[in-house]
Amino acid sequence: MKLVKSLDKSLWVFHVNSGSCNGCDIEIVAALTPRYDVERFGIKLVGSPRHADVLLVTGPVTKPMRERIKRIYDQTPDPKVVMCVGTCGSTGGVFYDSYTLDGPIDDVIPVTIYVIGCPPRPEAIIDGVVKAWAKLEELRGETKKKEGKK
Amino acid sequence: MSGGAEYSVPVGPIHAALEEPVLFNFKVDGERVVDVEVVPGQNHRGVEWMGMQRNPVQVIYLAEKICGICTVCHAYSFVRAVEHISGIESTPRADYIRAILAELERMHSHLLWAGIAAHEIGFDSLLHYTWKVRENEMDLREMITGNRVHYDMFMIGGVRRDIKQDQIPKILETLKYYKDNFEKLGKLFLQDKVIKMRTQGVGVLTKEDALKLCAVGPTARASGVPKDVRQDQPFGAYLDIPVKAITPDALTGEVHGDVYDRIIVRLLEVKQSIEIIEECLKRMPEGPILAEPNITRLLIQLKKAHGEGIGRHEAPRGEVYHYVRMDASDKVTAWKVRAPTYANVMPWVPMLKGQQIADIPIVAASTDPCMSCTDRAVVVKEGQKPYMISGEELHKMSVEKTRRMMA
Repeated sequence: MKLVKSLDKSLWVFHVNSGSCNGCDIEIVAALTPRYDVERFGIKLVGSPRHADVLLVTGPVTKPMRERIKRIYDQTPDPKVVMCVGTCGSTGGVFYDSYTLDGPIDDVIPVTIYVIGCPPRPEAIIDGVVKAWAKLEELRGETKKKEGKK
Repeated sequence: MSGGAEYSVPVGPIHAALEEPVLFNFKVDGERVVDVEVVPGQNHRGVEWMGMQRNPVQVIYLAEKICGICTVCHAYSFVRAVEHISGIESTPRADYIRAILAELERMHSHLLWAGIAAHEIGFDSLLHYTWKVRENEMDLREMITGNRVHYDMFMIGGVRRDIKQDQIPKILETLKYYKDNFEKLGKLFLQDKVIKMRTQGVGVLTKEDALKLCAVGPTARASGVPKDVRQDQPFGAYLDIPVKAITPDALTGEVHGDVYDRIIVRLLEVKQSIEIIEECLKRMPEGPILAEPNITRLLIQLKKAHGEGIGRHEAPRGEVYHYVRMDASDKVTAWKVRAPTYANVMPWVPMLKGQQIADIPIVAASTDPCMSCTDRAVVVKEGQKPYMISGEELHKMSVEKTRRMMA
C-alpha cells in the first residue's frame, strides 16, 4: 500500500454504535487521546454524518439500528469510506447466533475497511485509518478526473 | 423563557452526548425540560438467549462481551452464580487475583467516566488529560491479562492467569503514579470554577428518590445511600479486606445528590481501589489458581450440576446481579442479568425534570449509563412456545409497576 505524501484535507469521522459492547468504542476514543493522539493529524470525531468523510461503525447491527445505519450512510456526502471496527461488526463474532441481529455491517451498508479484533488495539485502528485515507485520496482523484473530462 | 407551549424533542438514538444508542423523548417548555421518556432497546443483542444455547464455560466468554467497560463484573457474577450451583469453590489465590482485576476495572472505568463527563461540559483538555492518565492502567491490565479491554481471565473455580512475582513491582509503580497524580486530578475536578458552575445543584437526585427508584452504585451513594455489595455482603477477598461505601459527605460533610457529588464519590473510589489493590498484593496467598485445571473434567462436573444460583458483584456503576439455573445438562437452562444501568434508568427522570436542555448530556452521563449492559432479553415460557420480551417492553412493565407501587 502506498502512503499518501501530503494531506490535502483533515479526516473527519462520524462514529456510529450499532449495538456494540463499548469495547471498540473506548478503544476508538483511546486512539484519539494523547497516548496515540490521531488528533494531531486533524482527525476528529464530528457530531453529524453530514460533516464526515469516514463512517466508523462498531457493533453487530441490532434490528432497530438497521434503518438508522442506512439513513446515516445516505446522509454522509461522497466520497466516503466506511470503516468497520471490531470482530462482531465484521462477522457477528460472539453474537453470531442472536435472533436480534441484522448484521454483520456489510449486509446493511458497503464496507471499505475491516479492522478485526475484540476489541482491536488503537494501533490497529490507526492502521485502518491510514488505509481509509489512501482509499479516500483515490476516490477523490477519480472524482477530480471525471470533473476534468466534463 | 416560557411561552406556555410544550414541544417534544427526541434525542437519539445516535447522538453526540453518549457513545451508545438510546433514545430520549423530551417534552420542553422553552429551555426547561418538563418531562422525559427513556426508550432503551436499541442495543438489544439477546445475550441471555444466546447464553442458553451454550455450556457454562462458553457463557463466561459471552458474559464478558455484555459490556466492554465492565467485563470483569459480568464474568465475576456469572462465575459466582455457577460456583453457587455446582459447589466448586475458587481457590484463595484466585479470589485475590479476581479482586485485583475488579478494582483495576473500577479505576479505569471511573477515570474513563471522569473524562467523558469533562467532555460533556466542553472541557476537552481535561478529557485528554484524564485519558492520558488512564493509559498507564491499561498497560497494567495488558501486562496481567494479555489484552487491554476484554481479557477473559475468569474461569469457574478460579482465574486463567497468575500474577507473577516479577509483575508486582510494576503494579506497585503504576499505583504510585496514580497516588502522585491523585491530588492533581482531585484539584482539577473538584476546585475548578467551570466544573463547579456546571455541576453543583444540577441533576439532583434526593435520597428519598434514590431509595424509591432503587438507584445503585455511585448514583445512589452520591445521594447519601451507603449501599455497596462489597460492604453489605462481602465475598472472596473482600471478606479479608473490608470496604466501606463512600458517600460525598466524607469529603465535604454534606450530601446534595447533584452531579458534583457523583464526581466526588467516583474520585474517592479510585483512591479506595488503589488501597484495596495494595492490600490484596500484600496478603495474596500462594497456591493454585484453578480448582479444576482440566477443562474436560470441569465440564463433566458442571454437567451434573443441578439447581439455581445467584452471583452478585459491585460493578463500577453499581450492583450486578446474575441468576443462573442449571438442570444437569450441558447447557445453561436459564440466565438472567440485572445490570446496574437498568436500576439507574428511572432516576434519570427526576434528575432531568426541570433542567435546561443544555444540561441534558452531563446529567444523563452522570449516572455513567451503559446501555450495552442494560438491553438484553427475558424468555418467558408460555406452554411450549418460548416468548421473548424486549428490553423496551420490560422497561414499560417496570415503569407501570413503579407507578402502581407509588399509587
